[in-house]
Amino acid sequence: MTVFVIRRLLQALLVVFLMSVIVFFGVNIVGDPVYMLISPDADQADIEAAIRRLGLDRPIWEQYLLFLKGAAQGDLGNSFIFGEPALKLILHHMPATMELAFTALMLAIVIGIPLGLYAGLYPDSPISKGIMAGSILGFSLPTFWVGLMLIMLFAVELGWVPATGRGDVGSFLGIESSLFTRDGLSHVFLPALNLALLKISLAIRLTRAGVREAMGQDYVKYARAKGLTTRRIILVHVMKNIMIPVVTVMGLEFGSLIGFSVVTETIFAWPGMGKLLIDAILQLDRPVVVAYLMIIVLFFVLINLIVDILYSVLDPRVRLRDQGA
Amino acid sequence: MTDIAASSAAKTPAEAETPFQRFRAEFFESRIATAALALLGIIVILAVLAPWITPQNPYDLGQVDVLDGRLPPGSESFAGYTMWLGSDGAGRDLYSAILHGLRISLSVGVASGIIALVIGMAIGLIAAYLGGRVEAVIMRIVDLQLSFPASLVALMLVAALGKGVDKIILALIVAQWAYYARTVRGTALVERNKEYVEAAQCLGISRLRIVFRHILPNCLAPLIVVGTVQTAHAISLEATLSFLGVGLPQTEPSLGVLIANGFEYMLSGRYWISVFPGLALLFTVVSINLVGDQLRDVLNPRLKK
Repeated sequence: MTVFVIRRLLQALLVVFLMSVIVFFGVNIVGDPVYMLISPDADQADIEAAIRRLGLDRPIWEQYLLFLKGAAQGDLGNSFIFGEPALKLILHHMPATMELAFTALMLAIVIGIPLGLYAGLYPDSPISKGIMAGSILGFSLPTFWVGLMLIMLFAVELGWVPATGRGDVGSFLGIESSLFTRDGLSHVFLPALNLALLKISLAIRLTRAGVREAMGQDYVKYARAKGLTTRRIILVHVMKNIMIPVVTVMGLEFGSLIGFSVVTETIFAWPGMGKLLIDAILQLDRPVVVAYLMIIVLFFVLINLIVDILYSVLDPRVRLRDQGA
Repeated sequence: MTDIAASSAAKTPAEAETPFQRFRAEFFESRIATAALALLGIIVILAVLAPWITPQNPYDLGQVDVLDGRLPPGSESFAGYTMWLGSDGAGRDLYSAILHGLRISLSVGVASGIIALVIGMAIGLIAAYLGGRVEAVIMRIVDLQLSFPASLVALMLVAALGKGVDKIILALIVAQWAYYARTVRGTALVERNKEYVEAAQCLGISRLRIVFRHILPNCLAPLIVVGTVQTAHAISLEATLSFLGVGLPQTEPSLGVLIANGFEYMLSGRYWISVFPGLALLFTVVSINLVGDQLRDVLNPRLKK
């Protein structure tokens, strides 16, 4: 077990290192940020001073080594635009993204599971067919376009909720979040719904498949024979069994929610990490782009590592196969 | 032997048809899939014929008049033709712009899909046929890449590479090849152990020939299914990246760029600039997905009744 974990850890470290090479060299070969940062009437001496100040006069491999040295100490470079440490900038924007992803996950569970339950219990009813057709649409509609339609319908035509931005931030138990104020909730609703659409479809399909499988099992027949009400069989016995895989998968999807939030944040002008990334790409703010990509890589590698270890704890066959290979 | 064949042929005349005819008959059994295929056909024809059936060339600044800007659907343009879908902020006829945008979106999606398919197929076949260390390394890379969402991989690449048609196609290829490699390798592993491969080996046919002439044709069915779904995905992904401003440049206005251009007018109630290109994108992606779904049902022998 320990050997397995150490092997996986080393592999994860290797992946992060390789990605740092790809990301750093990829980002630093394109474009010239200096000309975006200085005024158009600056003379040659000003330009050279700016290049030196940003450290762009050194050869690229030296820049990379400096970056690596800094990264090991938790310093991912300073933003060209804001002059602040890139890591600090991203961490500053992280709570907004987390808040959005968390709300989306909750919406997916609260909307997706009951719909999936219904579709699984009555597979032939027209409503179920409608739910399934809706879930196919949820998979194939481009997220950004749905976002636009949501803004048009709920914000422009109906005027129920604000179209863009993040609302007032409230504090509860020492945690600051816009989820604790009315204004904040009304702001988070549309972007979270937009971000959740794909996961709602996923939750519907998982729950439906789980329910259909569970309804034929012996324990359900036994509970029926015992004379339990249908409500109790479904809500207590069936739900308990199908919730475990559904919630596991949904939890694992949290990473992809953060990845996808780039699109949603841009549409709804949500001040999170994703919007920061797009702005940084457009302004050639290389340190922020590199820092964001490294944090996302680290995030995904960590999630995969945890899943791998959890699976190996739950299913020893995974561990054995890995040692054999 | 002969009368068994004869009696079964007498019972179901369909059995006597060629495989392609049977495939066609099964595909058109679903009315939704038939409609989706027809819609897709119309979309492709419209996109291909765009320069000849639109009243305006949206890239020719001589034909675009700023005075026509932001006209609602059905207005008459300065040049005298009716703009059935309205015009965008620069005065381009939206109907013309959408058809030209479809051309770009479809060609980027299909081109990246086909190249990714060929690369993924080759890598997957090599992995399945060579086995051992090569296979282990290739599949580790495939697994690693598939642990990141494709959209994130593409976004990372365009963040590094920058804008442009060639760069976006490259990003889409890198984001997709692993799906094909995994599919081909999975099917090829099953095929490799079948008797016809053994027979071919006994006949002394070279390994390369067995892989490409005997195993590959039998892996095509799942590849086609994955290919259709991935192409729809690629089109949607390109539109997303272009919408974010990190995909195609303004000089190559795909549907995503058109939608992005309309975004600023949306809050003032000029819905058509974003909505109509969006609907074109939607119909394209959904029809490809529906066709892909039906292909999967028809081509999968396990689902045969």
